[in-house]
Amino acid sequence: MDGNDFAPALTRRHFIVTAVTAAGGLALGIGMAPRLAQAAAVTAQPWDEGGYDPHEIDAWIAIDPDDSVLIRYQRSEMGQGSMTALPMIISEELQCDWSKVRVEYASPNRNIRENKVYGDMFSNGSRSVRASRQKMQQVGASARERLIAAAAARWNVPAPECTAASSVVTHAGSGRTLRYGELAADAAKITLASEPAIKTPDKFTFIGKPMPRIDVPPKVDGSAKFGIDAQLPDMVFAAIVACPVAGGTLKSVDESPVAGAPGVLKVVRLPDAVAVVATGSYWRAKQALAKLQPEWDVGPAGDIDSAQLSSAFRAALDGPAQTARNSGDVDKAMQGAAKTFEAIYETPYLSHSPMEPMNATVHLQPDRLDVWFGTQDALEATEKAAHWSGLKPEQVFVHNAFLGGGFGRRDASDEVEQAIAIAKAVQRPVKLIWTREEDTRHDKFRPHALVRFKAGVGSDGVPTAWSMRVVTSSILASAKITFPGLKGPEPMATAGLSNNGYNVPNTRVDVVLKNTHLPVWFWRAPGANQHVFAIESFLDEIAAAGGHDPYQLRRKLLAGRPDWLKVLDTAAEKGDWGKPLAPGRGRGIAICEDTDSLCAQVAEVTVSPRGQVKVDRVTVAIDTRYVVNPLTIAEQMEGGLIYGLSAALYGKLTIRNGAVVEGNFDTYRMVRLAQAPKIDVHLVPGGGEKWGGAGEPSTPPIGGAVANAIFAATGKRVRSLPIMDHDLSSGSA
Amino acid sequence: MITLTVNGTQHELTLEPDTPLLWALRDEVGLTGTKFGCGIAQCGACTVHINGVAMRSCSVPIASLQGASVTTIEGLSPDAKHPVQQAWIAEDVPQCGYCQSGQIMATAAFLKTHPAPTDAEIDANITNICRCGTYERLRRAIHRAADMMKA
Ligand code: FES
Ligand code: FES
Repeated sequence: MDGNDFAPALTRRHFIVTAVTAAGGLALGIGMAPRLAQAAAVTAQPWDEGGYDPHEIDAWIAIDPDDSVLIRYQRSEMGQGSMTALPMIISEELQCDWSKVRVEYASPNRNIRENKVYGDMFSNGSRSVRASRQKMQQVGASARERLIAAAAARWNVPAPECTAASSVVTHAGSGRTLRYGELAADAAKITLASEPAIKTPDKFTFIGKPMPRIDVPPKVDGSAKFGIDAQLPDMVFAAIVACPVAGGTLKSVDESPVAGAPGVLKVVRLPDAVAVVATGSYWRAKQALAKLQPEWDVGPAGDIDSAQLSSAFRAALDGPAQTARNSGDVDKAMQGAAKTFEAIYETPYLSHSPMEPMNATVHLQPDRLDVWFGTQDALEATEKAAHWSGLKPEQVFVHNAFLGGGFGRRDASDEVEQAIAIAKAVQRPVKLIWTREEDTRHDKFRPHALVRFKAGVGSDGVPTAWSMRVVTSSILASAKITFPGLKGPEPMATAGLSNNGYNVPNTRVDVVLKNTHLPVWFWRAPGANQHVFAIESFLDEIAAAGGHDPYQLRRKLLAGRPDWLKVLDTAAEKGDWGKPLAPGRGRGIAICEDTDSLCAQVAEVTVSPRGQVKVDRVTVAIDTRYVVNPLTIAEQMEGGLIYGLSAALYGKLTIRNGAVVEGNFDTYRMVRLAQAPKIDVHLVPGGGEKWGGAGEPSTPPIGGAVANAIFAATGKRVRSLPIMDHDLSSGSA
Repeated sequence: MITLTVNGTQHELTLEPDTPLLWALRDEVGLTGTKFGCGIAQCGACTVHINGVAMRSCSVPIASLQGASVTTIEGLSPDAKHPVQQAWIAEDVPQCGYCQSGQIMATAAFLKTHPAPTDAEIDANITNICRCGTYERLRRAIHRAADMMKA
């Protein structure tokens, strides 16, 4: 492997991974379709080298004479599996042989030059399938009809007499056949009078099958290219450190400590950061950077610490609020309540910490910019990079890579802005890599949030009124995003609360938005990932006080909502709800709606006498309404839950002197194999009008399910995260 | 100059002796399958075999590797058909995939010393972080690989 891997002169065919490695003789995973000797594949280097192919039917599909089908994928593969799911949707309509499908990223540059032929390109909000499904079906159906029309013309028969299946068009009357590969060139010239109708879900024959992810083979042999793996001839390496306090600026830096250090090319000053550029290896740049002692102007935020932030948020609880939901009359109902409750729940700032630290490789030339990195939005990244480089969008080529985790972090492109500035300074292709510490401390964080609940229950202990008042930060303000037509507070601010499913006749949800110097951002299941912990724990408090079983109280409050009940009942039943457990063990349940899906979880925990928590087992029920690939949905349930579990058990960023204290995985702890529960997932798609997402809905319930299980095991109520900060040992107060 | 063998090929490294093997592999040898996740031996994304033993290459300076034999994910098997790789495919383990080179290298070495591992042995020995949370499938794949190697 050498720099030529990235030379544009080579065509994508040089990088095709030939089929898949686990053929014959292997027992197959339960619930997975066989991975065929010839299964759909993706190039190890997924990014486009130009975005065109000689055998295109249109911008989405090319079919070679040997029938192999190239499908372009306009979203971002970060482990969520949509690089498999979207081509599956196209294949459903195209009626092509899945074993002959290859996938590559659509070119954002071509998208810009060809009038947004691929539409938007974001992967966030668990929307890859939901936002593309109809379009993908139409793309596949359209190509199929054009292939049929080409065959009909060849045979001089009416098109309706022809059918397409397994990459072959057949004329019913004569039994004649033509392969797609023989028809593609003609089909490319055909314009349909009208677009064919797409299948309704009841007609799907391929969608819904558990298909192994196409990106797995290159991810087991080291060949899959992530942004950090870009290699260019003449490339240099940059390490960076930003002002520890967000919003601060660089005052000065003395370069003399790195004078004459091996390979050091330049110290680059950015408004809020210092970078060192070196030849030969990133390590040289990083070592040299460590020798510098930049002086920062940290600004007024330089005094702030976690305790101050927490009390400022508490003080804001009674400040002016926006109302997200208000039904009935909470105040009046509270007056008539047999008993009232009040509790405040608190969750800290968190970083996303994808496994691949932020990085970007850029090659800036006078009339062209190439960027290699992993992004959740290649189109927006292209437009931003044009702005930062001073070039036109059509002169910018973003080569999206496999993303080493996204979770919402990889759609700001701040690393690209830095890399462009550094490239301008050194006039060489440059690869910028953040250290793990930089990645943790200079994230755009999950907000710190408080929820104050008040509830009134009747003499039966069932709530008749509750109010929830949130103090959190505006992600839209921080991200400088406006949603035209948005009524009321931004949805993230009350996600999981305003859309709770419980039928409590008097419900009020208010939010106070309070931003600090710390930027906040979308973090897997924004808002819901912290609010669901709060509401599901608080409801558990009510259940316990009224002597209700937490599952049964939820059932009562979800009466008349069969889809919620189905998910809740499935989790309870499969999770052995109600079966006896040994002392020190407990079960907890939680449910939420997120990205139009419903997810319920039952967690089983053991709390040792010393207070150590082990989550032994989690049962998940998920209703995504429809299912494209059940295998990837199960995987997302497993992974999303672990992501939420790391946050619930350990996740906390401490602010001291305005800066984030935690830096690496020694202080910012993650769940590892030893802490991972046994997980089983049950899919209960309920159909209906909307399609639900899969990437996020399993993250919110886990904190509440675990905290409730801890209560069941110990009688101790966890009202703030992370759980590790609580003394859960037996006998302590 | 440090001379060592990587995946059976001899290399003479010109980088400074304190350079961690990770960066020598990625930036000088040009093998990028070995990943950077933390740089402080915490995450395991950079795991390779040094003389057959799994090591976190971000924390091994090349100065200590004169004459050593290094195997990276690219060299684990000639055709990506090592039982661990096959098990990973069969269980559809990787999500983003970034941690998986390290997970696979750690597992391949572990199974040499623990051909029939218990869950507790797996927990104690495979300590690599996966932010995508693929642990459920990872554990299944470790057992599957062990079974395949026995067969
Ligand atoms: S990069 Fe070496 S252990 Fe994390
Ligand atoms: S698969 Fe993404 S970090 Fe493990």
